[in-house]
Amino acid sequence: MSNSPKVSKATKLARLKHNIPLYLMFLPGALYLLINNYIPMGGLIIAFKQVNWNKGILKSPWVGLSNFEYLFKTKEAWNITRNTLGYNIIFIVLGTVIAIAIAILLNEIKVMTLKKTYQTIILLPYLISMVVVSYLVYALLSSESGFINLSILRPLGKPEIAWYTEPKYWPAILIIVYIWKTFGYNCILYYATLVGIDRGYYEAAVIDGANRWQQIWNITLPELVPTIITLTLMSIGKIFYSDFGLFYQVPMDSGPLYDVTNTIDTYVYRGLIRLNNVGMSSAAGFYQSIVGFVLVMLANFTVRKISKENALF
Amino acid sequence: MVEKKSAFQLVANIVMILLALCCLFPFLLLVMSSFTDETTLIREGYSIFPSKFGLQSYLYLFKNAAKIGKAYGITILITAVGTTVSLLMTVMMAYPLSRHEFFGRNVCAFYVFFTMLFNGGLVPTYIMYTRYLHIKNTLWALLIPSLLISAFYVIMMRTYFTTNVPEAVIEAARIDGAGEWRILFTIVLPMSLPMIATMALLIGLGYWNDWKNGLYYLTDSRLYSIQNMLNQMLKDVQFLKSGADASAAADLTQDMPSVGIKMAIAVIGALPIMIIYPFFQKYFVKGITIGAVKG
Repeated sequence: MSNSPKVSKATKLARLKHNIPLYLMFLPGALYLLINNYIPMGGLIIAFKQVNWNKGILKSPWVGLSNFEYLFKTKEAWNITRNTLGYNIIFIVLGTVIAIAIAILLNEIKVMTLKKTYQTIILLPYLISMVVVSYLVYALLSSESGFINLSILRPLGKPEIAWYTEPKYWPAILIIVYIWKTFGYNCILYYATLVGIDRGYYEAAVIDGANRWQQIWNITLPELVPTIITLTLMSIGKIFYSDFGLFYQVPMDSGPLYDVTNTIDTYVYRGLIRLNNVGMSSAAGFYQSIVGFVLVMLANFTVRKISKENALF
Repeated sequence: MVEKKSAFQLVANIVMILLALCCLFPFLLLVMSSFTDETTLIREGYSIFPSKFGLQSYLYLFKNAAKIGKAYGITILITAVGTTVSLLMTVMMAYPLSRHEFFGRNVCAFYVFFTMLFNGGLVPTYIMYTRYLHIKNTLWALLIPSLLISAFYVIMMRTYFTTNVPEAVIEAARIDGAGEWRILFTIVLPMSLPMIATMALLIGLGYWNDWKNGLYYLTDSRLYSIQNMLNQMLKDVQFLKSGADASAAADLTQDMPSVGIKMAIAVIGALPIMIIYPFFQKYFVKGITIGAVKG
């Protein structure tokens, strides 16, 4: 119908009229995105201003890069960048390896009911909020009544540890909590790919005398490569963002731990809401938005080069 | 050969059981501790096998049922309204994008998609919502900032419509004189129920678990959702009795099982999800796999 080679003006008009309900449907969401997303994008200019609430944002004086100078002069700028990038790199590498290993293992389980049960249980941590996770961690680590201090260290005769004030333990704790919460989720992503691998490959390999390790190494892993690449590059696109809950809630916002728990997101939050320092937090936010954007574009560009159908756009 | 195979199965199962235990252990610790006698807790700490059980924590929470009930009510209300509005908005945005005769479809799709690539971050968003839209300390604060939490849902839904609703069906309805609204709500949506259910579950879970909006925009504890209340109580158990008058407050402090109560309130906060999850597990798994691998 709409494929006719020459569309007259009248049909064009009719088509546009026909489109009106479609535009009306699209409108509420479009307005919402305008307010919730596009206006704040424009709001990034705050980073170049000395905000004066009486004058409003647009009329506040420009201060050039001075907010950034302040930010990058502090030790924190380096610290939050290091923490955000460092933890994310560890999360990506460790998270991927563990998820793949467990997905392969899960795929090997023959009894269907067991397989389903394992799947259900390992996904559970992913579904609860970081607030509840912080309670679970507290039950383990609380210095007066935590499980580790009272039920493990005390019976062993070891000195108890004030976990929430000892920064040296927290890189490990945060990594464990992150892996605990997300491995089931990542595992299911890889498992979905595994289930799709043609059984015929394995049957042929068995006839050729390949053992299980050889099958995993020569069939399973190569078949997983596109998924690994896509998921990893998507994570790299988000490498400048951190899970606010993990770094803020789980360490219970404990001051002595900031050195190893402060990320760009927690820094921006504390600067803005706790310290009311709009200049510094907006500079950090701007830094995150821009570098984050560049990284997403780069990651997507790379995926497109490797396999076009896995690219986001 | 058979023996080797079963040995492998055994090892695989043992590893999976250990992993499952790792996942469940903290929950078990939480639940057991919440049912432990308070003086035992002070002496022995949180434990899987307490020497003495007790219900003080729950009894105390029960006495404060009004406050907890209110937070629960707010969570339920926000989850119900938020999920409905969010789902409606998602579907209404996705449907035009799935129609090839929608004029300017690529521009509109880009408009939605770009929000996934770039964002203004917390500072401008916070300033806009508090200084210009004045949602601070209103229930809107829990609802509005997450309505289209990810543009990805719109893209997912559009892809579902294009691949699962045949063009011919829509064309036939149009010839019968149905308008776009009727086509969407009486033909396209009923044909997309599995996707709608999955997405409702994901959006609903997001609202139920959300504590960030409350942290950012609420200072008035009367508006707290259950997650915000949990958040507050982890740092300050005394929070429960704030708002009560002085004599009542003293009364409440005296018998407050402050060690156990933290675990009991967390159980109450996490319980609904842990109960409904096994029944909806299939949908969760489906939502995750379609959501993350390919839009």
